[in-house]
Amino acid sequence: MRFAVVSFPGSNCDDDCVRVATEVLGETAWKVRHDERDLRRPDVVLLPGGFSYGDYLRCGAIASLSPVMEAVAAFARAGGPVLGICNGFQVLTESHLLPGALLRNAGLKFICEDAHVRVDGRPTPFTAGVQGVLRLPIAHNEGRYHADADTLARLEGEGRVVFRYCGPDGTVSDAFNPNGASANIAGICNEGGNVVGMMPHPERNAEPLLGNGQGRALFDAALRLVGGAR
Amino acid sequence: MKPPYTPEIIRQHGLTADEYARVERLIGRAPTWPELGVFSVLWSEHCAYKSSRVHLRRLPTTGPKVIQGPGENAGVIDAGDGWAVVFKMESHNHPSYIEPYQGAATGVGGILRDVFTMGARPVALLDALRFGRPDHPKTPHLVEGVVHGIGGYGNCVGVPTVGGDAMFDASYDGNILVNAMAVGVARADRIFLGRAEGVGNPVFYVGSKTGRDGIHGATMASEEFGEDSESRRPTVQVGDPFTEKLLIEACLEVMGEDLLVGIQDMGAAGLTSSSCEMASRSGSGLHLKLEAVPVRESNMTPYELLLSESQERMLMVCERGREQRLIDIVTRWGLDVCEVGTVTDTGRFVCSWHGEVVVDVPVAALVDDAPKYERPMRAATTPPAVGEVPVPADLGATLVQLLARPSIASKRWIYRQYDHMVRTGTALRPGDGDAAVVRLPETRRGIAMSVGCNGRQCALDPRVGAALAVYEAAINVACVGARPTAITDCLNFASPERPEVMWQLSQAIDGIAEACRALDTPVVSGNVSLYNETEGRGIHPTPMIGMVGLMDDVATVRGAAFPSADLAVVLVGGAAPVLGGSEYLLLATGELAGPPPAFDAAQARATIETLLAAHADGLVLSAHDCSEGGLAVALAECCFGRDVGAAIAVVGEGRDDVMLFGEAQGRVVVATDRPDALLAVAAKHGVPAAILGRTGGDRLRVRCAERTLIDAPVAELRRGWATALEEMLR
Amino acid sequence: MKGRVTVRLKPDVLDVEGKAVSGALARLGFDDAHGVRVGKVFEVELGDVDPAVARERLEAMARKLLANPVMETFSVEVE
Repeated sequence: MRFAVVSFPGSNCDDDCVRVATEVLGETAWKVRHDERDLRRPDVVLLPGGFSYGDYLRCGAIASLSPVMEAVAAFARAGGPVLGICNGFQVLTESHLLPGALLRNAGLKFICEDAHVRVDGRPTPFTAGVQGVLRLPIAHNEGRYHADADTLARLEGEGRVVFRYCGPDGTVSDAFNPNGASANIAGICNEGGNVVGMMPHPERNAEPLLGNGQGRALFDAALRLVGGAR
Repeated sequence: MKPPYTPEIIRQHGLTADEYARVERLIGRAPTWPELGVFSVLWSEHCAYKSSRVHLRRLPTTGPKVIQGPGENAGVIDAGDGWAVVFKMESHNHPSYIEPYQGAATGVGGILRDVFTMGARPVALLDALRFGRPDHPKTPHLVEGVVHGIGGYGNCVGVPTVGGDAMFDASYDGNILVNAMAVGVARADRIFLGRAEGVGNPVFYVGSKTGRDGIHGATMASEEFGEDSESRRPTVQVGDPFTEKLLIEACLEVMGEDLLVGIQDMGAAGLTSSSCEMASRSGSGLHLKLEAVPVRESNMTPYELLLSESQERMLMVCERGREQRLIDIVTRWGLDVCEVGTVTDTGRFVCSWHGEVVVDVPVAALVDDAPKYERPMRAATTPPAVGEVPVPADLGATLVQLLARPSIASKRWIYRQYDHMVRTGTALRPGDGDAAVVRLPETRRGIAMSVGCNGRQCALDPRVGAALAVYEAAINVACVGARPTAITDCLNFASPERPEVMWQLSQAIDGIAEACRALDTPVVSGNVSLYNETEGRGIHPTPMIGMVGLMDDVATVRGAAFPSADLAVVLVGGAAPVLGGSEYLLLATGELAGPPPAFDAAQARATIETLLAAHADGLVLSAHDCSEGGLAVALAECCFGRDVGAAIAVVGEGRDDVMLFGEAQGRVVVATDRPDALLAVAAKHGVPAAILGRTGGDRLRVRCAERTLIDAPVAELRRGWATALEEMLR
Repeated sequence: MKGRVTVRLKPDVLDVEGKAVSGALARLGFDDAHGVRVGKVFEVELGDVDPAVARERLEAMARKLLANPVMETFSVEVE
């Protein structure tokens, strides 16, 4: 399978995404620079974490205006699977490929630790066949998902909340909400289900050395989907 | 400004009358205004090591694993399979006290540049912090700012902050310590040096534009604080981690091709020190055209351009003919790049300004002829011996109190704010083991790192305290399963103009040398920070040690927490604990009294070898060394990680509190499923070891003969330990 | 009485955010935008007080908390 990993100035998880695709999954991956307009025919596009343009102005705002994002939007419109991780999620909301916004954490501090997330909602290319609770690292300062009441109702109604912060047993409550996100939302998808944004980092727990390897499930899901379509 | 200069002007440049006379003698005339500035920064304590240099020579700096020792931007060791590990630690103490966020942030930026200047990809950061007493009114503000600044920079630049150390003591009330260590990896045959070679080769300026940031920062870092220092601020240096990230990528891309002769970052004393150091190492000269330097403020003078400490800038010497490729790469990363001069064979540092020569002095006068002092030394008065300490009636309550001391308590509040996982190589995260471990990319190997120093022990006996700091860092690395290989150090002391302080510095260097020789861990890089004192009150001598260890298989790392129930708990190492300098003594009496624990070089070496042999045989399931708070605190910490209790029986004849809370060198709590084999390994190395008990249950129980000393639920012990830092900052 | 405190970086302090925004504007074709500097505005409700008193209070707030005197300057308006 072919992964395109978009690299903005200040992206710092682009190498990590490439590494998971190639070294862990044994697939093909390449980076696409912010000023390129050709994604070079990938099966999946990954928008990695990091601090595109230093997170200055608003996280993801300057990156969302990059030339490469026109190509990403076209790929998404055509139904191509897109996963935005952390800063990649922020870029997707700033690009209006996903609704809502990511605000400063309720505790006003950067948080780096493992969180538990429950896989919820409708199946997506990255969650189809993935069930239960995953332990995934979070590392962000602006991860508090926010949307107006109508949007939240629509997301819930359409099964578009795909990850929710929870306890180890799947309990969703304020006690397990690390950043104050609305309805414990850790990740959502678009109407078509092919564009997914999430704050946790599945690529940081895709092999046992780095935790329990549960993050790999998302990439395996994409592999099954694209493999199946062929 | 033109000569003659008033004594006041000369003093403001940090030069004594004698030193100024030496300048005139060396160049045969009065210096121009920019030349005065250049001498001022290059002859500062910070750049010239003028008080410490004669002593630093006594440190062991060579060994089979050493590729590059002190003298370059960072040290380099051989990591096997053609890889090298590049690392250095540096202080940013004074700037962090004045503007904690930017001071700490630019400290991280600076040490990263030292490492990627060598051609290495930075893979880990660590920070050793010292703050004043927890209830000092400035402490919360400084802690918040420094931690925020380290996170703000390190997180953005995409290098994981994997470890560190924080202690609180009244001696740092007016002078905090922010010591940052960066570790990078490179191919061993692709190490770049700070050289300006090849007459006619062009010199390029790369990175951010120059402003008036931190002019005279290097001289400021060499002066003790006075009442007015908080108002006498130079323009604060502002760090831009976004630009640094681009600079890392641009530099590594440039260094991936054969374009460069040499490269040096512009750190303290900016353009001046970077260019002079490069020329000095190569015995060459440089001619800089200052009007070519990219600026972001108007009307900057040659003096300002030479002394500016604007961040995120590099100086590169390019092969003549390959300039365009360099320019193309750097421009593609959105950074400024322009030719600012050429390498000459004159041995002189020449700067012109629109055709007019404004600086023309021998490089040797600036670097080699900088003053070196054999400052007078006098042994500091021996601190009082430990006096009367009543044995507490409730040892369990004392343990709870000790665990909640900010120096001992969980540092989660700090490291939660640092991205410690980016680059997907962190095999042992902060808080999980005695050392941090990252994977050596593209291999199965691991790099283990630990930083620390107990300033109280050094105040009591600087030689022993410094040796113990090396030893503890080595033990930490050995606990996780890596072989201690080399160190970097950051020697933080008060004013060298006081003979007692000079003596402390000299003694500490001897202590480091002794321990490094015993453990085969040479010093490959380092930094000296003097004048850490305010109104005559100095910090505890704090020779911070950053240890790097190597392991063949990163998957075999071991954490500090008891992994499960029904394992034997073994104490390896048998030195007798003492109260001198201990956290417990400070808690009980509020006083610093000695003597500190002893250092036994032969036992230190044998203990490390025991641990490594036990790891190799798969006998170690967890390992944690006893440091501040002694055996009882170490046992409690082993219980916390995975909520596994233990039933322990200690054997001893002395006082219960000394047995539980006293401190000693090199005692390690190991959990194992084959205790007899572990005891045999220890015996073979001549290291005392004893089975203390077993893991299991949800309580920590410690008894001695028939007496129960401690019996408390793990959850209860953890509470204060987990929240103390947050409570302190509230 | 409503007050407004505007906090800016001192002119000679590097504005890293402004630098990034300038670059982004230029890439969008706003190449006439040079030297963007980013500041903060605090709007403060002060109740029924004399404008001179309000101004004094706002200045005190700025000095004590809203601005960092090491790197920032501020200005105060009341309406």
